[in-house]
Amino acid sequence: MLLIGERINVITKAQRAAMEARDPKPIQEIAKAQVEAGATMLDINIGPAEDDGPQLMDWIVKTVQEVVQVPLCLDTTNLDAIRAGLKAHNNEWGKPMINSTSGETVRLNTFMPVAAEFQCDIIGLCLSGSGLPADANERCAIAVDIMGKAAEVGLPIENIHLDPLVLMLNGNQEQAMHCINAVEMFQTLNDPPMKTVVGLSNIANTAPMEMKGILTAVFYKMLVDAGLSGAIIDTLEKDFMEVVRTGDPASVYPAEHVEKTMKVMRGEIMYAHSFLEV
Amino acid sequence: MAVEILKENYAGKVLSMTIGVGDRAVTVGGATALPFHSFEGEVGNRPLIAYEVLDTVPEDPPASLQEELESVWDDPVKWAKYCQDEQGARAIALRLVSTDPDGQDASPESAAETVKKVLDAIDIPLVILGCFKEAKDGPVLKAAADAARGCNCLIGKAQEENYKTIAAAATANGHKLIAFSNLDFNLAKQINILLSQADFDINNIVTDPTASALGYGLEYTYSVIERIRAAGLMQNDAMMQPPMFLDLSSVVWKVKEVKASEEDLPEWGDRTERAVHWEAATATSLLMAGAEIMVMTSPRAIQTVEKTIDQLMA
Repeated sequence: MLLIGERINVITKAQRAAMEARDPKPIQEIAKAQVEAGATMLDINIGPAEDDGPQLMDWIVKTVQEVVQVPLCLDTTNLDAIRAGLKAHNNEWGKPMINSTSGETVRLNTFMPVAAEFQCDIIGLCLSGSGLPADANERCAIAVDIMGKAAEVGLPIENIHLDPLVLMLNGNQEQAMHCINAVEMFQTLNDPPMKTVVGLSNIANTAPMEMKGILTAVFYKMLVDAGLSGAIIDTLEKDFMEVVRTGDPASVYPAEHVEKTMKVMRGEIMYAHSFLEV
Repeated sequence: MAVEILKENYAGKVLSMTIGVGDRAVTVGGATALPFHSFEGEVGNRPLIAYEVLDTVPEDPPASLQEELESVWDDPVKWAKYCQDEQGARAIALRLVSTDPDGQDASPESAAETVKKVLDAIDIPLVILGCFKEAKDGPVLKAAADAARGCNCLIGKAQEENYKTIAAAATANGHKLIAFSNLDFNLAKQINILLSQADFDINNIVTDPTASALGYGLEYTYSVIERIRAAGLMQNDAMMQPPMFLDLSSVVWKVKEVKASEEDLPEWGDRTERAVHWEAATATSLLMAGAEIMVMTSPRAIQTVEKTIDQLMA
């Protein structure tokens, strides 16, 4: 399982300040902590970084790889910054990854050639120009577009990690199963099976703090059962990492709660923030 | 070979609830199938339309309502009696608009006085609605609930910010409660869970999923009601089985189609007819979705909808 630590992120105040000041310490500390906790790759989210994207990415990639021996997932919409990051990346620790292209033509035309040029990995987010995908079939159609583009530009499709686009459970309950089904279907699109990855925390967006843990853990377990090969996660969440280790949410949460949460994911019980308490 | 009609089997049912006391008490709910699917199960009790009565003369009322109600709306007691005695209302919904802090800001005590007077004048069930400002509705509905003690009224609307106060007042005085959520079935379930956790009996709740007028989001309300009904009936979700309460009056009479004059929009036709039909059409649609209690304003629109209900229940 590819476990991509999500904590180096411009949205976090402390990380943002460190990026702006080019202060290596806070970034290196959180990089080390994530790898010690089990991350096998680190996401480097510098945001759009319009002013100094390439310089920032170059600096941060070197700064992080000074202290951890894992490949990095370069997360920005700034293509010049991506290029700079790929150049700076130490491939001794593994292939870098671009986060991400979508199925939108403009994105495919710009990001895929760069992935091909560097022969690196890339996340293919199943989002098209025409709004959110309605179900697993629509996600597969977008996946096929992404794979087609890879073939066109000379990127091995083994380098693509298909992301079904996780939406928050609250308000999009039926989408949870569409995601799980999409992960299963993606694998049938190629032999050997396509790799898959999800931004896991999305599932618990807008849910109360006390619910985030179990929602994330149960959804992860269901995705893994469907054949998921990678996830962008918070490896510093101890409870979650315990579930990753045991493969069983019931090792952390009451079995009855896990069972009920699975029913909510499957749409058999309507979601409400306090559904566990009924 | 005869064709066998496929029928849905429902695991759950809509809870039934009685409001009011004595001979004129009304029971709603009780369906064991989707609305008016009499071929699949019990249709349940007749939907109830509560005639809206304001505790103060309406500000900037649409002309068509003026024609129908101007002679009675200077006094909530007169208005309520008119609905009961002249129009054959089965219930009254008294809206305490005077308590609005952004308007007259009347005190909870004065609202309670009005409630008492109206209750003395009628023998049909009373729905008591606040001004729909969370902070003010707490004390107002508490005072109103005290004043209406033992009359088995339906009070609300309880929202996430004030449900504890209102639920406690309802319990203490033997009333039923309107649980409001803002056009979101997940939140409709959540407020019922919260009320249950506060020891409020799910059998004493009606769900207000937020009404919308025709042309102004009716289809969203429709879908939310459908989803709630499906959860209650098909998934037997105990938190999704209370009867459905739709406050049409609060939304229909604000829209352009009921207010615009014939001089401004001659192509829209007769203003009065247009307005009455707008409320009736909205109500009929919401009945199809699953409304058990509706608050409506125009007596003519209500008569039209009652006739539709006659046909649907026949």
